[in-house]
Amino acid sequence: MITTKIEDRFKTEEYFINMGPQHPATHGVLRLILTIDGEIIKNVEPDLGYIHRSIEKMCERDSYQQIVHLTDRMDYLSAHINNEAVCLVVENALELEVPERVKVIRTILAELTRISSHALWWGVMGMDVGALTTFMYAFRDRELINDIFEETCGARLTMNYNIPGGLMFDIHPNFVKRVKDFIAEFKTKLPEYDTLLTNNVIFQKRTKGVGFLSREDAISFGTSGPVARGSGYSCDVRKHHPYSAYTKMDFKEVLRTAGDTLARYEVRIQEMWESVAMIESLIDNIPEGDYKVATKAVIKLPKGEFYQKVETARGELGVFVISKGDKSPYRLKFRSPGFSNLSALNKMIVGGKIGDLVAVSSTLDLVVPDIDR
Amino acid sequence: MTDLFTTYTGNILQMLLIALGYLTFFAVAGLLLVWLERRIAAFFQLRLGPNRVGPFGLMQTIADALKLVSKELTGTERADKFLYNLAPYFVIITALLALAVLPFSGQIQAFDINIGLFFLTAVSSVGVIGILLGGWSSNNKYALIGAMRSGVQTVSYELSVGLSLLTMVLLTGSLQLSQIIEVQKDGWLIVQGHIPAIIAFMIFMIAGTAETNRAPFDLVEAESELGAGFHTEYSGMKFAYFFLAEFINMFIISAIAVVVFFGGWLSPFGITDSIPWLGVFWFLGKTFLVIFLMMWFRWTFPRLRVDQLLTLEWKYLLPINLFNIVLMAVIIWLNLEIKF
Amino acid sequence: MSNQEIQENLTELNLGIVFSEEPAQYLTLTVPKENLHFLMSKLKLVRELSFDYLFCLTGVDWGLELGVVYHLESTTHRHNLVVKVMTSDRENPVFDSVQDIWQTANFHEMEVFDFFGIKFNNHPNLKRLFLPKDWTGYPLRKDYDDPINMIIK
Repeated sequence: MITTKIEDRFKTEEYFINMGPQHPATHGVLRLILTIDGEIIKNVEPDLGYIHRSIEKMCERDSYQQIVHLTDRMDYLSAHINNEAVCLVVENALELEVPERVKVIRTILAELTRISSHALWWGVMGMDVGALTTFMYAFRDRELINDIFEETCGARLTMNYNIPGGLMFDIHPNFVKRVKDFIAEFKTKLPEYDTLLTNNVIFQKRTKGVGFLSREDAISFGTSGPVARGSGYSCDVRKHHPYSAYTKMDFKEVLRTAGDTLARYEVRIQEMWESVAMIESLIDNIPEGDYKVATKAVIKLPKGEFYQKVETARGELGVFVISKGDKSPYRLKFRSPGFSNLSALNKMIVGGKIGDLVAVSSTLDLVVPDIDR
Repeated sequence: MTDLFTTYTGNILQMLLIALGYLTFFAVAGLLLVWLERRIAAFFQLRLGPNRVGPFGLMQTIADALKLVSKELTGTERADKFLYNLAPYFVIITALLALAVLPFSGQIQAFDINIGLFFLTAVSSVGVIGILLGGWSSNNKYALIGAMRSGVQTVSYELSVGLSLLTMVLLTGSLQLSQIIEVQKDGWLIVQGHIPAIIAFMIFMIAGTAETNRAPFDLVEAESELGAGFHTEYSGMKFAYFFLAEFINMFIISAIAVVVFFGGWLSPFGITDSIPWLGVFWFLGKTFLVIFLMMWFRWTFPRLRVDQLLTLEWKYLLPINLFNIVLMAVIIWLNLEIKF
Repeated sequence: MSNQEIQENLTELNLGIVFSEEPAQYLTLTVPKENLHFLMSKLKLVRELSFDYLFCLTGVDWGLELGVVYHLESTTHRHNLVVKVMTSDRENPVFDSVQDIWQTANFHEMEVFDFFGIKFNNHPNLKRLFLPKDWTGYPLRKDYDDPINMIIK
């Protein structure tokens, strides 16, 4: 009788594989060191810092107006919302009341940014699971948003439209019409996203039950945004700590309880619908008034500690400012959503296949400059 | 003049001429298919595709081929040089071999052996050895994973390709391609065999797409997972061989589908009976339609995961296939075929 | 639970907690570093407090002292708390790790170690996160000097 087990006779070994920093699925210069047994992932260790620019140290040297411009370069896909975070923390510290008009315009642009970011994510998600056509569909719609941005603030990606105290200049006369046109157009295009990818059997099989993250783990790992909301954890900053025009607005927080890749996917698709509804309710009601309040040329924050969180397309962005009354912050910390979301990757993927890793890291919607800062 | 084709040297010359003709066709068809794929991809993706070089961008792939020829051949440091260099030829030669038995029309068929269909399936599965060699010898982990996936995939789906063709052979009673087409003068086999034939066609298309390593079964390359898979370390002309072989294999799978299911070069209403050379156009036209179907798959479907790929084959396609053969046998036994 | 109640609740623990008197957005307290881990586990586990969401972990160089600021939120009660811990030992600053309480601390503590050189006891994988392994010095400290790469106005 043969007593040796198969495992003893055919010994297998784990091996390391480098995913990135140059790899199509890591969207930038993220490096993942994978420990693999065949196709099964045993461990994922991110190696960060390939695009670290020490933004926090630079902030300690710059004035508050300058800091706004640095935040564009973190999460470049929600540049407008990043700008807003810094502006809000300055305005709150100075107890500056910005006009209603500014709040509404900021919110419309923030929601447009969210749609644009989610659309790009959708295109890339499709590419990661192998459906290459989604990318072009997403760019078709995103292009319209970028055109609106370009007309209003002169830039398509790193917008710098917010300044402490309001906006850099008033909206373009065409703005309202173009946004309305876009919304009408986008409402006919968004169902295509479902027919092309969501309802596909292969896609459902690839995502359902893959990369599970429980609600407890989602909270413990500090995840936020669609990642956490896909696990049923209500964490929308717009709901729980409202700012700008969200204070008065009625909107639904999208929640899914499944906690898998498909749930996170659905949250983002549904959030695009929510953003469309939000813009629709705001676009006809932009109040008249000034587009900014005058601030001093050199802004000095009072002594103290200030914390402001906003909901970017990726989750909760926190800006923590320690001021000693100077023109630059004493210490400024960006709590980036991607950094915390990435830390949950290992938990979600261990035991999955290489193909799962691509799908899961895609639903984390990582933007590497946001993680590395 | 008549001597030339009867003498020994004449025979050799004849063979060389035919081989040269096939090679030319192979090169042109490959480039045309690459162009077609890019135009079709653009059509699906709301783009224009190549349209600058020549009419409709037809010369674009020729320009690309010239670029690939003139590129430097790089390789990895500790690659197994012999196997590394051998692999692309393995892939391209097996693709070429299969072309020999395809009946382009009643007269144009280089090699009409009585086990034609068997030869085709056998030869088309040899190509995987080239892929395995390439992935193994590249000294690259991504290439190795890609090659191993390819091995698993081809071994599994080979079964389905074989069995679905076997189902149709029950109907024709012959493996010889000219015989198979002859039988279809009473109606295409997909009509003659109706329900089991349609099932067999679907399985053949799924398995055929898997065997040519095209999306949604392109796990071997899977650029979002493995970079470029088994040919990560190949460049220049060696890469182009792999690339061309993929398109030729797609042509072969489509051609088999046309021969076995759609009457080969036969036209409806017997037009090819009076003007036989028109068969070439019917054959190529039908083949391009099937190729279009495969390109359609590629640009709409996401990719399967490796375990799902195997589940699909071993848990679904194979049992259905076995059942389908029995069903076909019963239909022939009860004389339920549809014949005109 | 209101800030007042939290304050009373925590004072009962007798951990040497000092509450900040300055007006601030969140209730802020400073805890001696010996009691940090005990306090943190209490904050997470006591049902009335249940601070289960560590949303920000910041290293700070206060000039003389090095410290860490923890921003906490309870997802059930939706109240916030800021916990500060400091040490005047600039050569070998060590705190207890809280990554066993909140898993997110794992990465954030690595970041703090990378930029401030603050070590964390019981951290499973403390290493440079962003900077290269052979980097000397801790760049976010106020006394860090790099005349080549830093532009100071």
